[in-house]
Amino acid sequence: MSNGAGTMKTLGVIGAAAAACFALTTPGASPAAADELRIGFLAPMTGPFAQVGKDMVNGFEMYLEETKNNFGGAPVKFIVEDEQAKPPVSVLKAEKLIRQDKVHMFVGGVLASTGYALAPVSTREKTVYIPSIPAADDLTQRDSSKYPYLIRTGWSSSQPVHPFGQWACEQGYKKIAVIAADYAFGYETVGGFQKSFEDCGGKIIQKIWPPLGTIDFGPFIPTIKQDADAIFTLMVGPMSLQFPKQLAAAGNTKPVIGGGTSYDEFSLPFMGDEVIGHVSALQYSAALDTPKNAAFVKAYRAKYGKVPSYFSESNYTTAQLIDDVMKKTGGTWPGPEQFVAAMASLKIDAVRGPVSFDELRNPVQNIYVKKVEKKKMFGYDKDELWNTVIKTYPAVGQFWTYGKDAFLKQPVYSRDFPPCKYCE
Amino acid sequence: MDARFWLLQTFNGLSYGALLFLLGSGLSLIFGVMRIVNLAHGAYFLLGGYVALSVIWSTGSWALALPAAALAIALVGLVMERIFLRPLGFDPLRQVLLTVGFAFLFQQGALDIWGGDNMDITPPAELTRSIVLAGLHLPVYRIFMIGLAAVIGVALWLAMEKTRMGAAVRATVDDAEMASGIGIDTSRISMFIFALGSALAALGGVIGGAFLGVYPGLDFQILPIAFAVVIIGGMGSLTGAAVGALIVGLADNFGKALFPEVSYFTLYAPMALLLAVKPTGLFGRE
Amino acid sequence: MTGMTNRRKLLAAVTVLIIVLVVTPHAGPFLTLLITRALVFAILAMSLDILLGFTGLASLGQAAYLGVGAYLTAILATRYQFGLGWSFWTVIVLGALAGAATAALFGLIAIRATGVYFLMITLALGQCVWGLAYRWNSLTGGDNGLNLPGRPTFGIAMTDDLSWFYLVFAFFVASLGLLYLLVLSPFGRSLEGIREREVRMRILGYNTWLHKYIAFVIAGAFGGLAGVLWATTNGQVSPEDVVLTTSVDALLMVVLGGSGTLVGGAIGAAVVLLMREYLSTLVPWWQYALGGVYVLTILYLPGGLMSIPARVRQWRTRETGAAGLAAVPQ
Repeated sequence: MSNGAGTMKTLGVIGAAAAACFALTTPGASPAAADELRIGFLAPMTGPFAQVGKDMVNGFEMYLEETKNNFGGAPVKFIVEDEQAKPPVSVLKAEKLIRQDKVHMFVGGVLASTGYALAPVSTREKTVYIPSIPAADDLTQRDSSKYPYLIRTGWSSSQPVHPFGQWACEQGYKKIAVIAADYAFGYETVGGFQKSFEDCGGKIIQKIWPPLGTIDFGPFIPTIKQDADAIFTLMVGPMSLQFPKQLAAAGNTKPVIGGGTSYDEFSLPFMGDEVIGHVSALQYSAALDTPKNAAFVKAYRAKYGKVPSYFSESNYTTAQLIDDVMKKTGGTWPGPEQFVAAMASLKIDAVRGPVSFDELRNPVQNIYVKKVEKKKMFGYDKDELWNTVIKTYPAVGQFWTYGKDAFLKQPVYSRDFPPCKYCE
Repeated sequence: MDARFWLLQTFNGLSYGALLFLLGSGLSLIFGVMRIVNLAHGAYFLLGGYVALSVIWSTGSWALALPAAALAIALVGLVMERIFLRPLGFDPLRQVLLTVGFAFLFQQGALDIWGGDNMDITPPAELTRSIVLAGLHLPVYRIFMIGLAAVIGVALWLAMEKTRMGAAVRATVDDAEMASGIGIDTSRISMFIFALGSALAALGGVIGGAFLGVYPGLDFQILPIAFAVVIIGGMGSLTGAAVGALIVGLADNFGKALFPEVSYFTLYAPMALLLAVKPTGLFGRE
Repeated sequence: MTGMTNRRKLLAAVTVLIIVLVVTPHAGPFLTLLITRALVFAILAMSLDILLGFTGLASLGQAAYLGVGAYLTAILATRYQFGLGWSFWTVIVLGALAGAATAALFGLIAIRATGVYFLMITLALGQCVWGLAYRWNSLTGGDNGLNLPGRPTFGIAMTDDLSWFYLVFAFFVASLGLLYLLVLSPFGRSLEGIREREVRMRILGYNTWLHKYIAFVIAGAFGGLAGVLWATTNGQVSPEDVVLTTSVDALLMVVLGGSGTLVGGAIGAAVVLLMREYLSTLVPWWQYALGGVYVLTILYLPGGLMSIPARVRQWRTRETGAAGLAAVPQ
């Protein structure tokens, strides 16, 4: 085999491979139906957050099925992309959804960092982005003017804990020790709680920050101050499962309260009796005793085998909101700005209760203070752990009672803000 | 920071170290005998936890889950060693990478089989209590972990020092060529050690499951820590694994309690420095 | 290495490069971005190949240099608004220097070890960088990461994905060229000598420690460069970029493509990223496909994908040989 013939063969093989690549990569001209509504959905489908992603998709899809895939007359094309809980991948997949699938909007993301990565994409591509889960405060606060095509349907981190701080004062707690995951979501949750708790006379006397992902709290629990009246915790994922157990095993007798994710229904079924009596605050509880929620929980559980968490409810309600806008426009896509404006003007009765939007496009909704109890609910025959609602704060916005301008003047809640004046 | 604090932190560090010993001893043995760095070790740990959960769900017995998970994963390790690692011969890099490839496959498989929820193993009620000793609340489960690790450690040591099989293993660790030259069936030893190492990891996963949880991502989260144990203690040495586990358990615990901001750094930086001075670890050979 | 002559290898490489250059603009914006990411990661993979394929040092910490370069870019852009215009070119140089400096520091600790111990030390060092990225909230944004304000504009706005692709492509070709010259040089040859038999090289009088150290620093420099491009391509950095699996990925890419071939790393990067980010949009079982590709390549293609043509030729000569024997009248 002479060099020349070999070279030609090599080039030929490469050329054939290239032609194949070319054919594969040139996007097929599949005609997008003119009046169909294309919704892109970004969620982690593989990796450590895969179950969260599944719950999110399930929530949205349940609503789609109830409306037979039709929002206000427009057939819905629902495209789910795996963003693997990696912000750069979410941006990549968002670009694919926008440029290749020509979606009208993209929904989802889980982590705050994903929210921050996707928000600029919506501005750059002039496409609607609906963060149904990312709760980073500034997305709809100090950075909201950068993201005119963003409307949030979930919550902001500090939103539920503002009223919760007041509730803590009402319980007579004077000094509280805080132990929370050491990252932005933890800071914003603790910051919101601290601000309102100290504004009504309480004192945060300690802040402990175990790194995100800590599962052995051995180093931290013994350092909790003995003179605290109560312990406030913010835990996520596996942390929320292990912390209460280890706290109980260490002989804790103080009341434990926490941020919404510490006891939400994603982890609750796997917890034991050690969490009975723990109180938290969130815009949703699966034990919300309303006919609408009862129907939602029963249908979801029958279909997917588990009690829905706020991951599912948030996306179910997002689907409902999109549907309501499309109903108003008679099934025609009104354009991104008009869509955002239309959704922002909605007032709906969702599974979690009444939902409307404030001027920075964050939901205004009920916040439920909920306590973990073991009982039977909704006709199920087993005693299970449920987050019983013990108090409702209606129509809570992201600024609580502080007023938008005053609130935005202060810096975003961080590890050092509000400062721990009473920490020794 | 009174005496209570120090005592409690030491106790916690010891119990964490006990778990790490289970995890690290297998890794160290596998390396000692076969010079393979098993990057699927974290996956074995996690799979042990998952198998235990399945056993508990179907039979209700936690006690049964321990040997069942260990055996199941030992089998997986055996298959992997025989069918996939053996053909590669002595090629450490490719063997390492093969174990990684499998780690990814196991991760996805576990997700598909057990789902992605954050789960937790519930041990029998007697173990979930705490005893109060001199004003300190000591969870019985942590005492159990220390006890179990000690028992297994002693058993392994006795097997290595006092049995013929153990002598054969030690010979293979010291010099595989010589060992096979004097008639030791090194390939059978390799197979046995790989299975044992996997079983130990799985056992760690079952024990750890009640303490750390069982969830996707735990495999790659625990892997660098297992390596810290083995690197500090020295590859191939059982004593090294014990000492390394103790050091890592205590250092991690105290590091987090006293300097939480730089907690990961306090683990890996000393490790790197130790390696700079003694690349084979405290008790390693070569 | 692969049985091809140098000339043919060069011709094949140039052809592939031309194809990539021509096909990408027509591949749609999503794939253009994906190919750009693959090219950046290819630079990282090639830097690792210098260590692995040519010097015989398998490193499990290469992502650290990517991280250093990427975070430097992000911090300069967000805190000091530096790097958004012509200053971008300065950032490129700074990123490479930062990668080199980090490697210079790490190399002092790592180079004394070999084999598995080298693997372990580089793992530990990589984890140190990850730990810092994760916990040094005030500097690195912690697990939230840092969002860059946008791509730089110098004359042409790089916000246009296609212009950015051409720039990255140019960097890739430049890196490939420079590294290729490196391996062909006497220095490169001595590295290969060290890979084969370090003892002999030392006996011959080579300062093997210094050679390995320099190779390590060069690999760090290119890693840093890749980091700058990575941060600018994605528009953001997070500790996820320096996690252990990224270093593992880089190693797998090199072995998958074929170590010691330079281009192999690029091919490996393309295959892995394409599967992760393109296949994942088509099927849900892409993780099995990726894991399967790793396992099968390691088992049956020790020389990686680059060794396929040589294998095919081997297989065919065996056949023609047998046929030839049969044709001879007995």
